[in-house]
Amino acid sequence: MRGLSKGLAMTALLAGTIAAGSIALAPSAALAGKDDDTLNAAFLLEVTTLDHYKETGREGLIVSRHLYDNLLYKDWSTGEIVPALAKSYAFIDDTTIEFKLNEGVKFHNGAVMTADDVVYTLNLVSSPEYNARYQIAVAWIEKAEKIDDHTVRLHMKSPYPLALEMLAGNLPIYPKAYYEEVGPDGMGVRPVGTGPYRLLEMTPGTRFVMERFDDYYAESPKGRPAIKNLIVRVLPEPNTQYAEMLNGRLDWIWKIPPDEAANLDRSGRVQVKATPIMRIAYINLNPTYDEGNSPLANLKVRQAIHHAINRQAIVDAFVGGGAELIHTVCNPIQFGCTDDVTKYPYDLERARTLMAEAGYPDGFDMELVVSGTPRPQVEAIAADLAKIGIDMSINEQQWASATDMWRGARIAMRMGNWGSYGIGDIGLITSHYFGDSDENFVRDPEVIEWLQIGDTSVDPAERKKNYAKALKRISEGAFWVPLWTFNVNYALSPDLDFTLDPDEFARWFKAEWK
Amino acid sequence: MLSYALKRTGVAVLLALCVSFGSYMLVFLAGDPAILLAGETGTAADAERIRQIYGFDDPIVFQYANWLGRVLQGDLGRSLYFNQPVTTILLGRIPVTLGLGTAAILFALALAIPLGIAAARWRNTIVDRGALLIAVVGQAMPSFWFSLILVIWFSVKYPLFPTSGSETWRHFVLPTIVLGYFAAPAIMRLTRSGMATVLDSDYIRTARAMGISARKIMFKHALRNAILPVVSLSAAQFGYLLAGSVVVESVFAIHGAGRLAWESVLRSDLPTVQALVLAFSLMYILLTLAADLVNAWLDPRLRS
Repeated sequence: MRGLSKGLAMTALLAGTIAAGSIALAPSAALAGKDDDTLNAAFLLEVTTLDHYKETGREGLIVSRHLYDNLLYKDWSTGEIVPALAKSYAFIDDTTIEFKLNEGVKFHNGAVMTADDVVYTLNLVSSPEYNARYQIAVAWIEKAEKIDDHTVRLHMKSPYPLALEMLAGNLPIYPKAYYEEVGPDGMGVRPVGTGPYRLLEMTPGTRFVMERFDDYYAESPKGRPAIKNLIVRVLPEPNTQYAEMLNGRLDWIWKIPPDEAANLDRSGRVQVKATPIMRIAYINLNPTYDEGNSPLANLKVRQAIHHAINRQAIVDAFVGGGAELIHTVCNPIQFGCTDDVTKYPYDLERARTLMAEAGYPDGFDMELVVSGTPRPQVEAIAADLAKIGIDMSINEQQWASATDMWRGARIAMRMGNWGSYGIGDIGLITSHYFGDSDENFVRDPEVIEWLQIGDTSVDPAERKKNYAKALKRISEGAFWVPLWTFNVNYALSPDLDFTLDPDEFARWFKAEWK
Repeated sequence: MLSYALKRTGVAVLLALCVSFGSYMLVFLAGDPAILLAGETGTAADAERIRQIYGFDDPIVFQYANWLGRVLQGDLGRSLYFNQPVTTILLGRIPVTLGLGTAAILFALALAIPLGIAAARWRNTIVDRGALLIAVVGQAMPSFWFSLILVIWFSVKYPLFPTSGSETWRHFVLPTIVLGYFAAPAIMRLTRSGMATVLDSDYIRTARAMGISARKIMFKHALRNAILPVVSLSAAQFGYLLAGSVVVESVFAIHGAGRLAWESVLRSDLPTVQALVLAFSLMYILLTLAADLVNAWLDPRLRS
C-alpha cells in the first residue's frame, strides 16, 4: 500500500531538501497546534468505521478509544489495570466478575450510563449473530447480568486470564437506547460514547474532528484531556505528511521508516521519538512441508538457519531505533514470556557444520514468502542464508495471501510479524502459532496442552510454569526463527508533550502542550 | 448514425461486462477476502465464519451472477471493508475525482492546443523545439516526483497552496497542474501533427491565395479539421485521468475514486472494486460516445 512511496528519488529529494535546510521557516498555518489548542494528527491508513466492534484497523481503534470508555483501563505508566467506568471490581469466582459502576457518567448525547447500557453492550457484542470483527475480544463472555442500577456481573464461559486486559480497552460501553436506534451504520458515523473526546464532524474514513467532552466523568483514570481540539486526517502519502510536519500543519505522525526519521530529526523542526511495541518479527518454518520431504524436516537444518542469520547486524542497519532481538515466540515485555530457552546466536561456522551434518553441505533452494516486511530486511536475511548455501527466492505477498498459503500448507517458510492485538500478555501469541491453531504444523500434543493450561488458568504461577515449558520445547525444536521487536518512530511538533505506549494505541488524551 | 451509435454502445456494454467479470476473478487472486476481513488476530475459524456470512464459499461464477443480478436491480451491495452501502461511499468519492479530472483535462487542453498550434505554425523553429521540450518533460516526469516538487516549492517554501485535502478550490490547484501536465503532451503532439498536415493541404493554400486572413485560416479552416482526432484522444485521456489519478490523489491526500479503487483492490473489497470498475467503464463509454457526437458536430460529413 505504501509501495508508492518507495521511490528512491522521492526519498532522496525530500531528504536532500531537508538536509540542505533550504526550506524557509513557514509562517504558522491557520490550524496550527498550540496557538488554537488543536492537535493535528495524521494516519497513513484509512479508518473504516467508528463503531468499535466493526473495526479491525489499528487507526480506527485508536480514534474509537478517544470516543468510548471501557469498564477498566490499562495504565501503561504502571502496567496496572485500574477501574474506569467501573468504580471497582471483584472476582466472585474464577468465571464471574462483579463490577460496581461509577454513578452519573454521561454519554456524549447527555444520557446517563447505567447497568442497562453495560449489560446490553456486553451481551450484544458477544452474541455470534452480532458478528464482532475481533471475536477474540468477545467470544469468552457467557453473559452479563444486572444486579442493580450500578452493579453488573459478568459470567465467562471458562476461566480466561485475559479477561481484564480485554475489559481494559477492547470492550467499550455503548448507550443502549442510541445504539438500538441507529445501529452499526449510525454508530460508525455519529458515534456516541462516554470517552474523553466527542466527535464534532467527520468525512468518512479520512477526517475526524473531535472536541474535549466537557461532561467527562471526573473519576476517569484517563483524566480530563489537556488539549481541547483533536483533528485526525488520513494522508496516505508519507512524504506529504513530512512536508506538513515541517510547515507546521501537523503535530503528530507515526510509523516513519528509520532513514526518514533521521532526516526529520536533522531538520531540527520536529521532535522524533521511538517506542518499542508489542509487535515482533519472525520466520515460521513448516517441518511437515512436502510431506516431510523438505530439508526443513531436519532439525539440524532448522538450527543452521537460526545460527546463520546475523540478526543484530540487520537490526542495526535496517530496523533501527529501540528494536531488540527476541529469542522465542513472544515479546519479553509480555506477561508469561521468558528468555530462558535454547538460544541460537549468530555463528556462521556452526551453521555450516550443521548443514554438512544434515547432509546438505552444498545447501538447497528454498522459497521465502514475505508479507509486511521492508525489503532491505528480507534481502539481508536471504544474503545471510546464501552463505550456508541456501538459495532463497523471495516471494512477496499481501498479508492475506501469505496467511492463506501458510494455513493451506502450500509454503515451507514464511516471514511476517504479529502484534498480539496490543495485549501485554503472552496469552494470544504463542497459541496463535503453536497451540491448537491452523497456523500450527508442528502440533506437539504436549505443547498444545501446556499452552491450553496457560491460556485458561487464572493462577499466574501456573500459567508462567506452563508457558515456560512450551517455549522451551518450541525453541529446542527450532521451528520458529525469532527475529526482533518492532519499534515505532513518531514525530511531534516541538510544542507537544506525548509518549506512545508499547501497545500501539496512541493516547492523545494524555498529550499536553509544553 | 443512430444505429452506429447503438451498435457501438452495445459492444461497449459487453466489454464492460467482460472487464467486470475479469476484475471479479482478479480480486480473488489478490488474497482471500475472508482472511483479510478477519484481521490479524482472526483465526481460521473466524475466516470460515466470514466466508459463510458473505457467501465466499460459493463458486466464483455463482457469486458473480448473484452480484450482477443485484446490480441490475440497482443494488451495488455493501462494502466489505467500510461496512456501508457502496453507493454512499461512491457518492462521496466520485465527485471529487470528477472535479479533479475535469479541471485537469481543461488545464491540459488550455496548455496543449495553443502550444500545438504554435508549434505547427512555426514548424522547426525555436517555438516548435520549445513546445517539444515541454511535451517531453511532461511525458517523462513521474507524477509523484513532480507533485512533491510542487509541494516543496508552493506549500512548504512559499505556502501559497495547501499540501493536502480537498476542502476548497485552492486544494485542487497543484493536483490539477500535475495531472493536467501529464495529459497534455499527447494532445499537444497530435494537435501539432494534425495542424501541420492540414496547413500543407491544397485547400489552405487556396484559401491563402484568396487572401483570407491568416488568423481566419488558422482557426476557422485549419483547426476545425485538425482537431477531430484530438477530440477523441482527449476523451480517452479524460477517462484515463479519472481512473488513473491514484498517484496524485495519494500525494495530495485527495480521497477520490482513484485512491479508493487502489485501496479496495488491496483490501479485496469486492463490492467496492466492482462498483468502481463499473462506474469507470460507464464513464469511458459515455466519454467515447460524447467524443463521437462532438466530432459529428464539428464535421458535417460524419453526420450522414
